Amino acid sequence: MIGEFMTRSHRECDELFAVAEAAASGGDLSRTQQAHAAFEAALLHHLGMEENVLFPDFEAATGMTAGPTAVMRMEHGQMRGLFTQMQQALDSGALEGYLGAAETLLILIQQHNMKEEHMLYPMCDRALGGDAGAIIGRMQAA
Amino acid sequence: MTAALSLEQAPPLSVPLRFFLTAPVFGIAAGGVLAWAGPAAFASRWTPPALALAHLLGLGVLTMVMCGALFQLLPVLAGVRIVRARLIGGACHALLVAGTAALAAGFLGADTVAFRLAVPLLGGALGLLLAVVGTGLARAPRRHDSVRGMRWALSGLAVATALGLILALGHGWSTLPLARAAFTDLHLAWALLGWVTLLVAVVAWQVVPMFQVTTEYPPWLRRALAPVMWLLLAWLTAASLAGRVTWPATTGLALACAGFAVQTLVLLARRRRRRRDASLNFWTLAMVGLAAAALAGLASLVVPLPPRLGLAPAVLFVAGFALAVINGMLLKIVPFLVWLHLQQQLAATPAAPGRFVPPDMHAVLPEPRARLQLGSFALALAVLVAGLAVPALLRLAGICWIGAFATLGWNLVRAVRLYHAQRRRLATAA
Repeated sequence: MIGEFMTRSHRECDELFAVAEAAASGGDLSRTQQAHAAFEAALLHHLGMEENVLFPDFEAATGMTAGPTAVMRMEHGQMRGLFTQMQQALDSGALEGYLGAAETLLILIQQHNMKEEHMLYPMCDRALGGDAGAIIGRMQAA
Repeated sequence: MTAALSLEQAPPLSVPLRFFLTAPVFGIAAGGVLAWAGPAAFASRWTPPALALAHLLGLGVLTMVMCGALFQLLPVLAGVRIVRARLIGGACHALLVAGTAALAAGFLGADTVAFRLAVPLLGGALGLLLAVVGTGLARAPRRHDSVRGMRWALSGLAVATALGLILALGHGWSTLPLARAAFTDLHLAWALLGWVTLLVAVVAWQVVPMFQVTTEYPPWLRRALAPVMWLLLAWLTAASLAGRVTWPATTGLALACAGFAVQTLVLLARRRRRRRDASLNFWTLAMVGLAAAALAGLASLVVPLPPRLGLAPAVLFVAGFALAVINGMLLKIVPFLVWLHLQQQLAATPAAPGRFVPPDMHAVLPEPRARLQLGSFALALAVLVAGLAVPALLRLAGICWIGAFATLGWNLVRAVRLYHAQRRRLATAA
């Protein structure tokens, strides 16, 4: 249940990414800025749901603090670094630079999502399944 | 050899890169063999240059890249880390390089000693790969479709390897009695369909939806394709060894390949990412190539083809499908790995952040160079396919393939050189 909810959230972010990338490929700076803002907001919200609710609950339930969640947090940091680069490219109107950082971010996100969807979320569902409804509620409010 | 659940990012960069960088060298050698032998190479599928070509490409390029990619993908797909990756990857690579070279030399007329050397070298390389990846998959914490599919692909490789080793033993010690024609057909079927096609399919149903933002492959296809193709191959094997008709199994295999290719083309046509780059064009070309190979295979069941055109399904499969997919994958995986490893070194260098930004994927491998790679590949493929009908073109095709693999190799080498230059910059910045 947690897995399904979070996987849906991944796909929503993917769709928003595609819109921003298409705008940048088309050379439209102001549409790219708008679409990028929507994508960034959705993705940062997703990272926040994990870092502030899901990961702490998982760590508390399993006692695994240095394991899979530590690697996921590190990759979140790498994503934020690319967001900074993309913002700098947009601020200077460099759409080619934006596209390069955007594609790097996409691949980083997707290999990260594969690990979450195949391994971490199923582990979360096993460890936290009973409280899934409450946890999803707290994540949505986060 | 594998550690339990770990979401760590990647083995050392040198592990996959040594495989990726070697592949174009074998590709250039294959182009050289074709340019040197010319029309004689394709007079039938039994000519020594055709057999050398098949193994330079099948082992030296396709299996080489797939090995490197497996070492890289195992942590992502199965959550297992390969312990001592540098040692195991290095050994696997060295054995595969030496074994492929020995086997090709054997076909090109070297002493039977070459075959006798190739057997333990290739048996060791592929045995090691099967052991490491097989153990990793057995320990995967969750058995999703890709883990299951990858096991089918690995067992396809195991059968292809066993048949290949038996055939090579026959070349090395000619006293060994062998049903050579039947064994060769089966070896080819297991290698191309049971190993290459299944592994590409497993990778595709992960990477096509995620990297092109498409809907998922239908769940029934992901669940059924690998076991169905495996059973068809088993049926083909049993029928062939019993001397019964093989066309029903062959027809089923061709339809399964065509179905996978068409499904992928449909997904790609409906993708949400609108950007069309060289990698996507390689994937599209590959799926058209696979569908064309399947059609040519079906046609050859109905209309007896002259010996030269009899090679059409295999040529379309290897060059049009498998080599195109490999090119398309390398265009993404190598720039991403360069970025990822620079990023990791940056994180481990406390003084550097802010003063050093790792180059993004497009900076590592700019799109114009990727398009040049696509263009040189498409030209080589076109001349080769034309050469099936007009054999005088085959020497030119060989030269074009040398160009296509050199372009791929040069793109990879430039990416790796940029990686080392950036590492030095990072060290100075710190």
